[in-house]
Amino acid sequence: MTNNTIITKDLPNRKINVTRPFAATVDKVWKAFTDSTVLDQWWAPRPWRAETKTMNFTEGGYWLYCMISPEGDQKAWCKVSFHTIVPGQSFTSTANFCDEDGNINEDFPAMHWLVKFEATATGAQVVVDISFDNDADMNKIVEMGFEGGFTMALGNLDELFAA
Amino acid sequence: MNHDIFKAIADPTRRAILTLLAVQAMTPNAIAGHFDSTRQAVSKHIQVLVDCDAVKQQQTGREIYYHFNAQKMKEVDQWLEPFRKLWDNRFNQLDDILKDL
Repeated sequence: MTNNTIITKDLPNRKINVTRPFAATVDKVWKAFTDSTVLDQWWAPRPWRAETKTMNFTEGGYWLYCMISPEGDQKAWCKVSFHTIVPGQSFTSTANFCDEDGNINEDFPAMHWLVKFEATATGAQVVVDISFDNDADMNKIVEMGFEGGFTMALGNLDELFAA
Repeated sequence: MNHDIFKAIADPTRRAILTLLAVQAMTPNAIAGHFDSTRQAVSKHIQVLVDCDAVKQQQTGREIYYHFNAQKMKEVDQWLEPFRKLWDNRFNQLDDILKDL
């Protein structure tokens, strides 16, 4: 069974909301979002893959990883900085593109995330609130299709954009 | 709203051009350098994008630069589609992982 991803946009407030139910306990879904060995297995849109360089899931810590193209010749580095963490319930973070040492690339927009985990009758639900600093940033990210678009910009266009 | 925009972005090469221009403004030559097709073929694609306002052209000295028109693209109903697709794929992958976790 495929669960539905629900996306709503709140353009005046520069926010996008992503909601998705999972047939697993909150504990497991929390682990999948916060343990880099699990994140590496699902975070990158196929056929790209994610590889963690460092992960320090603490308030003030960060996750530094890269998305690697199927041929292995292209890498897109990303840094997710963690701000607040309420174990098993929610965390907030900021995502940026960067170099392999984690130096943020200011040419690309930052995304601010609030990720919430809720128990449901059938498992868990994840609610992601993504906000942007300004309209231009939001447009750029959405038009790019998020990191997917970024990796596309690096040359893997058709596979990821295939309708 | 101009319906040609949907036709314009239905083509993979034109979507690829838009993706390039979303990152930075480029000259026709620079754009053509990213594709295997002839310069003329790429120019035709660019013209289609100009005709539906998806990109704007601006003269800088002797060069013409093409700019991504975010305002226009925002009007496209499907503007969230790639975004939705990315998350959908990602979460479907997570479904599989969660089974064995």
